Amino acid sequence: MEILSHIIYLISSVFFILGIKKLGSPKTARVGNQFAAIGMLLAIVITLFDHQIISFTYIIIGLVLGSAIGALMATKVQMTGMPQMVGLLNGFGGGASALVAISEYFKILNEPTMMFEVNTTITIILSILIGSVTLTGSFIAFGKLQGIVTGAVVKYPLQHPINFILLMAVIAGGAYIVINPMEINILLVIVGVSLVLGVLLVLPIGGADMPVAVSLLNSYSGLAASATGFVLGNNVLIIAGALVGASGFILTMIMCRGMNRSLMNVLLGGWDSAGSAPAAAGGAKDAPQKPVKSVDAEEAAMIFDTASSVVIVPGYGMAVAQAQHAIRDLTNALEKKGIKVRFAIHPVAGRMPGHMNVLLAEANIDYDKLYALEDINDDFSNTDVAFIIGANDVVNPAARHDQSSPIYGMPILNVDYAKTVIMNKRSMNVGYAGISNELFFYDNTMMYFGDAKDAVSKLVNEIKAL
Amino acid sequence: MDTFHILMQIYVFVLAVFVGFELITKVPPTLHTPLMSGSNAISGITIVGALISAGTDNLTLSTILGVIAIVFATINVVGGFMVTDRMLKMFKKK
Repeated sequence: MEILSHIIYLISSVFFILGIKKLGSPKTARVGNQFAAIGMLLAIVITLFDHQIISFTYIIIGLVLGSAIGALMATKVQMTGMPQMVGLLNGFGGGASALVAISEYFKILNEPTMMFEVNTTITIILSILIGSVTLTGSFIAFGKLQGIVTGAVVKYPLQHPINFILLMAVIAGGAYIVINPMEINILLVIVGVSLVLGVLLVLPIGGADMPVAVSLLNSYSGLAASATGFVLGNNVLIIAGALVGASGFILTMIMCRGMNRSLMNVLLGGWDSAGSAPAAAGGAKDAPQKPVKSVDAEEAAMIFDTASSVVIVPGYGMAVAQAQHAIRDLTNALEKKGIKVRFAIHPVAGRMPGHMNVLLAEANIDYDKLYALEDINDDFSNTDVAFIIGANDVVNPAARHDQSSPIYGMPILNVDYAKTVIMNKRSMNVGYAGISNELFFYDNTMMYFGDAKDAVSKLVNEIKAL
Repeated sequence: MDTFHILMQIYVFVLAVFVGFELITKVPPTLHTPLMSGSNAISGITIVGALISAGTDNLTLSTILGVIAIVFATINVVGGFMVTDRMLKMFKKK
């Protein structure tokens, strides 16, 4: 039986790998996800035959309860709420890994025939540390994305020394437990400190840096599963966890590159000016003192009408206003007039990797029309209208030339090279980086003020009326 | 667990990390959100450990922790795969 279960675990691992491989193309992605689910089902079913399982009462209660909550969450969540959802799920995964490790500790403690081996104790501590940090860190990330916890960059005195001391405390406690495994109190302290550490590590990270935080927590949830795999000596946990750990880490790095910042810089609280008042912004002083040109729906519609190629640049504002369906109507109306419409997606647009793509897919926009930064940036000079909806810092030309700008060096979408830039915003407010956007004042820029959904709908009506 | 075993596990871990890197760098940005939620569901594999912890007859602390772990991991697995499927259904070509 034990051999059979190992073979099944191996097959599950293969399903996970194939599943992730198939997630690499929109055509096969759905099958890929189903492959991964089959792998999971196989692993769960064969585990239920394990000789260590004597009673199924509590298992059934747990499975039913968890499935009900999970299914409810998955069906109720709105597409705009996806970052929160993923954040929360990361937390549950990490929490589960930590709980299994703690449970394993007490099992060894209470079982006279079992002994604490150094390897096991070390991995138990590691699993508790990573899992607990993932749990509370993800909940804080959820709170920030949901607006329950402030999305601002939170700084508190001695932030870094405190975090360092807490981490050292976990390591010291861990070393102590390895030598004296029976010290339950120390173990509980490790759990507590790890939970606090998760809160303190994510709290300073600002709202727009959430793509990095969510990706990193995703990576941690995988590593926690791997660590638990080491505790239990189970390869399928190690493999699955390693895959997820690698996945989250790559996404984290892509997000950091998208902002031209190091991981450290994001984790330690980011731009000093982030989230602060525009008056404090470094870019404000050299912002051209020209008036901005603004257009109403009718004028904007006329500009669109004369265009032959349009690129739409969505940002977090689109998600907030739920404007994706209105944008689909706009796309259809423009295409009816024979105008080519494409979308330019900045890697860090939104609150998680790929956030914009999911929202546009929800609105039934063909994924072939969505272009990544490097695939479309050279094409803006051949574009008649660049239409920016709810994005700001990612189209700020200061990133290209203004060395004093906090976002200098960040890859941006070169919308200013288009013949006309129409920028939809609710107001002249600064973006996340807390700096003014010189694009507002460019000669080829028109500001089209209004709530994204409302403004785009009005625009569609005007275009149809032409 | 002896040193040989732990070494073999580290082997498996390191190789799996490389496989992960190879596979994931090929995923296009359009699919990054489903990739994240799908891989997230995979990290719920820790449920395997939770099942064994919760499967004892008498209700010890270890069992209680195991049951909570099952609930957490199942939310992660069921919620993750379902929401990923919901998203991927929307990615179609017309």
